[in-house]
Amino acid sequence: MNNLDLLTAITVFVLSVLVGIEVISKVPATLHTPLMSGSNSVHGIVVIGAMLIAAESHTWIGYVLAFAAMVFGAMNVVGGYVVTDRMLEMFKAKPATAAEKPAADTREKAEV
Amino acid sequence: MDTVSNAVHYIFLAAAACFVMGLHLMNHPRTARRGNTLSAGAMAVAIAATVWLVADEGVISRTGWLVLVSGGVVGAALGLWAAREVQMTAMPQLVSLFNAVGGGAAALIAVGDLLRADDPAVLGARVSLPGALDIVIGAVTFSGSLIAAGKLQGVVSGAPVVFPGARLLNVLLPASFVAGTLWLVLAPDSGIALYGLVAVALLFGVTMVLPIGGADMPVVISLLNAFTGSAVAMAGFVLDETALIIAGMLVSASGGILTKLMADAMNRSIANIIVGGFGTGDSAPAASGANGAPAQVRSVSADDVAIQLAYASKVIFVPGYGLAAAQAQHELGDLAELLTDHGVDVSYAVHPVAGRMPGHMNVLLAEANVPYTQLKEMDDVNPEFAQADVALVIGANDVTNPIARRPGNAISGMPILDVDRAKSVVVIKRSMGHGYAGIDNELYTDPKTGMFFTDAKKGLSELKAAVGEFVS
Repeated sequence: MNNLDLLTAITVFVLSVLVGIEVISKVPATLHTPLMSGSNSVHGIVVIGAMLIAAESHTWIGYVLAFAAMVFGAMNVVGGYVVTDRMLEMFKAKPATAAEKPAADTREKAEV
Repeated sequence: MDTVSNAVHYIFLAAAACFVMGLHLMNHPRTARRGNTLSAGAMAVAIAATVWLVADEGVISRTGWLVLVSGGVVGAALGLWAAREVQMTAMPQLVSLFNAVGGGAAALIAVGDLLRADDPAVLGARVSLPGALDIVIGAVTFSGSLIAAGKLQGVVSGAPVVFPGARLLNVLLPASFVAGTLWLVLAPDSGIALYGLVAVALLFGVTMVLPIGGADMPVVISLLNAFTGSAVAMAGFVLDETALIIAGMLVSASGGILTKLMADAMNRSIANIIVGGFGTGDSAPAASGANGAPAQVRSVSADDVAIQLAYASKVIFVPGYGLAAAQAQHELGDLAELLTDHGVDVSYAVHPVAGRMPGHMNVLLAEANVPYTQLKEMDDVNPEFAQADVALVIGANDVTNPIARRPGNAISGMPILDVDRAKSVVVIKRSMGHGYAGIDNELYTDPKTGMFFTDAKKGLSELKAAVGEFVS
């Protein structure tokens, strides 16, 4: 794994905070719940960390920890995006004429 | 750094950019879904790239692959099931559950990384410090989010749970974090320091959330969302992965802003909420006889209200927590449709904290097929109340109380909906019970206000039937 310069890592850290504040402060209250749910799925990126841990585990305790982290992380990612999509699908400018069915969401199939 | 690793990190950078753009697209209901899709797509690509990276590095064992794939499949299935099955009213619990697993995963990563090092004693503070922070924040988020979800679901008592010494404990535990973190940084191979830190952090998550009342849970969940983001960013420092740092801090900052917006809308400070002990979430029926209030209340029936609504030219609905609790959003949507077809101008006044979390009411109404163009935010709708013939308040309390405009009470200065400026007001409510601020609502004793005492779902069905008879 590449060794990031600590200063670079901290720079990224600080700039990400500023971007996060800037992007969110303009969102209308109407969308706060989907937004919370959407940002919730973004922290599902932790699953990548779980994968890297799984890759370098060679002890049984390492495998157990990696398995639990994988389950948690994958649940966060898939559940987060699907539920956000389900919510946003309902936001419409006009009332739906026909009863709509939840569209099958297959995007997360690239998961494993 | 070899070519594959290089390529994968460029992909991570692109994914991070897509997360930012995805959140940006959430600025408008029209583009919000596209934003989420973009973000999900970027996540899928980043995950696929990680599989490529892991395969290319070749250090992963066969068991490692099994763990990776089976864990991913099990987690994905659980997440998919939960996301599909959840009721829209239970959304805050689900978000809280996802916070718990996200924080838990981040903590597990740090534990795994510290244990995996061949000689942990030589780990520098560069890894052990963020590792310790990751464990503390992640584990606090894990247990705290589970308690928060339990409170909203009613599994754990919604009332603030205060036990002797709780305050002291909530000072001692963070102090032990500092001690444990220092210990772990100085002796990264100490199992006692590692597991001790995990145990103390899990305990603190419980004792931090237990004393907070159910009504404040949405703010707590938003705060824990921000915590999860920080934990993930710390995991990024541990693993040297910028993607985790960027995404984690993005969530942390946005969660922090959201938390502040929510606290502001309730006119409370975040610190005040965390200290806890305020309100219970479930409004206990008030001992309303004290100041003779019931005598001044005008009680109305479904037929009275139906006539008012049918002959109005402009009606504003004010939905609140009671509507969400009774799951009456569909009945309200039907009633609105009936009135709109009859030529009545109908709109919804949505207070920023209506429902069980900010913007939750909009989701519930969207579920009932209410077009978002009829949903109006507080600042836009307040000037319109003066022209409204009827303002129909369904299960909203404190956010309509005119007393907030005067100083010297629990909700002074809280932004409210100017319901009292409508020509007439009808309130659907089960009893004269208080909102979570625990004070009388002057709106209810206003001479132009009619109180329709019933359950929101039942009341709205009756209204729909009664209005149906008038307009047909």
